[in-house]
Amino acid sequence: MDPGKAGDAIVEVAVALAFIAIGVAFLEAILYVLLVRVLRTRLAVPLMLVAPAIVGLLLLNAAPIAWEFYLSLTNMSLKHFKPADVDLIGLDNFVRVFTKPVLKQVGFYQLFGQTLLWTSVNVTLHVLGGLALALTLHRRLRFKGVYRAIIILPWAVPQIVALFIWRTEYNFEYGVVNQLLELVGVAPIKWLTDPLWNFAAMIVANVWLGIPFMMVIILGGLQSISDEYYEAAQMDGASSRQSFRYITWPLLQPVLTPAIILGVIWTFNNINVSFFINQNEMETSDILVTALFRAAFQYNQYGFAAAFAFVIFAILLIFTVFYVWRTQALKGAYE
Amino acid sequence: MSGATTLPSSVAGPPAAARAGHAAGGRRQKPLKIAAFHAILIFASVVAAFPIIRVLGVALRPNDRLLDPNFSLIPPDATLDAFVHVLTETDFTRWIFNSLLVASGTALLGLIIAATSAYAFSRFRFRGRGVGLTFLLTTQLLPAAMLLVPLYIIAVTIGRETPIELMGTYTGLVFGYSVTTVPFSVWILKGYYDTVPIELEEAARIDGCSQLEAFWRVVLPLSTPALAIVFLFNFLTAWSEYFLARVLVSQANDLWTWPLGLQTFQQEFTTQWADLCAASILVSVPIVALFLYSSRWLISGVTLGAVKG
Repeated sequence: MDPGKAGDAIVEVAVALAFIAIGVAFLEAILYVLLVRVLRTRLAVPLMLVAPAIVGLLLLNAAPIAWEFYLSLTNMSLKHFKPADVDLIGLDNFVRVFTKPVLKQVGFYQLFGQTLLWTSVNVTLHVLGGLALALTLHRRLRFKGVYRAIIILPWAVPQIVALFIWRTEYNFEYGVVNQLLELVGVAPIKWLTDPLWNFAAMIVANVWLGIPFMMVIILGGLQSISDEYYEAAQMDGASSRQSFRYITWPLLQPVLTPAIILGVIWTFNNINVSFFINQNEMETSDILVTALFRAAFQYNQYGFAAAFAFVIFAILLIFTVFYVWRTQALKGAYE
Repeated sequence: MSGATTLPSSVAGPPAAARAGHAAGGRRQKPLKIAAFHAILIFASVVAAFPIIRVLGVALRPNDRLLDPNFSLIPPDATLDAFVHVLTETDFTRWIFNSLLVASGTALLGLIIAATSAYAFSRFRFRGRGVGLTFLLTTQLLPAAMLLVPLYIIAVTIGRETPIELMGTYTGLVFGYSVTTVPFSVWILKGYYDTVPIELEEAARIDGCSQLEAFWRVVLPLSTPALAIVFLFNFLTAWSEYFLARVLVSQANDLWTWPLGLQTFQQEFTTQWADLCAASILVSVPIVALFLYSSRWLISGVTLGAVKG
């Protein structure tokens, strides 16, 4: 590419970062005068330290969320985009989420069902697959490191690249998936046009993507369990099934619980797989987050999409709060 | 995110070779069993690697044989044409440059903002600390698509009302990505600072350092691995992001990052199939190498906090 243009681009980013640095310095100077010279408070140091993040979070997170809440109460769309055309319509958008189709055909409940199915099937298979592989790998074995490095590959490859490839390989005639099926005498499957098979295709691709993460996390958990437990169990004559049931499984929980919470959140929010495997074609392959993207940027219903987003967020928040509270997974972080 | 901080610290550490498996602990294993384990692992390795190997095979094929149902790793008439084509005849290098620039800017910004504030969250008890931590965690629950709408409209509005242009600029992308990376960075670094013994700072203060000097001279240097993890995580988040880039810069071809660019290759089994495969390999190899090299530290990072997948 043209070196001049590249230079300009670097300058643009550098200037933006410099502006932020100047802003931070300015903020700190004001705080210093205010807190140290005028108020003489003991909290000056922590307040000055935390100030850039607070300002940053307010501008980058709190402001967009607040703005989105305002949007959810308006009728903003491509038609009503200029400030003069935007009207407050109260909670109509929220009512619409539950009563009318979210996209062209499918409604909220179908999407919610699809998302639940998507999340539960994926996380279950991730955990089972990851557990099986981790238990197999967790022993003295030749080529252990090689296996581990190869099996980790699907996690290491950029997800979007993997999905571009999967999408192409699901092609009815030329894709490798059907070619392999043909080798074992199975009739080719319409992965991209049949709603049910498309959903299955999404799950297959995502299981492939997600197992390595669980395997690595569980392997770490297995390594943290002391051998002494197993030695003691062996002396008492425990079978290997018993030592799994009474030693491995319970001692794995501190690792498994947060990993499952993470897995659920990631899978629930995984916009990539459905978006790239389905290419925004069949609504039956949408999950909540891809439907949200469509409502916002294909149908340009900004106000409605904002309300829809809050509903999705609320579902996830309720799950997480409940699960974290039940498992006490967060206890350490606040101490 | 959620509370992975309760994980035993040994998860992060390198596996002790001495403890490589209880199953091998006392009794000798039957050869049949060992063979079964190898069979399972070989099967898993084939499944994991096959799509990737196949991509390599397609990228090396001459253009007229792209559609052959042929599974050989390196075709007999292998050629690097597709790689040459991608590097010289398309905008690929430009996309890579754009992605590098945006990802580095994002990673740097996240690090600068987070490094000091995470220290405050770790060491001081001030009013609003709990609220702040909860807010940081909650932001990790936000679906990526959720903030696209307000970010898009804010970017348009700012562009209309002020001279600052966020639509179709690198700056807009860097700020947009920082929405996810800043809270995440604070959370990870706070978790790391928590593990740095406070006695070290106390010793420095007895020697005459102020608290800020102690942070600067003791805590920060000790935290280099965590700072590197955070930089890498933020970099990877921005590196392979598609949706915000599509919303903010899809109109400006010059600013396309590689996910936007590669999508134009994806027109199903035309000659571009080889381009897509070659470009995929070029994009993935450095990332995979980096990932495998740093996976141990990355994993400890995942278990301390979280990224969006």
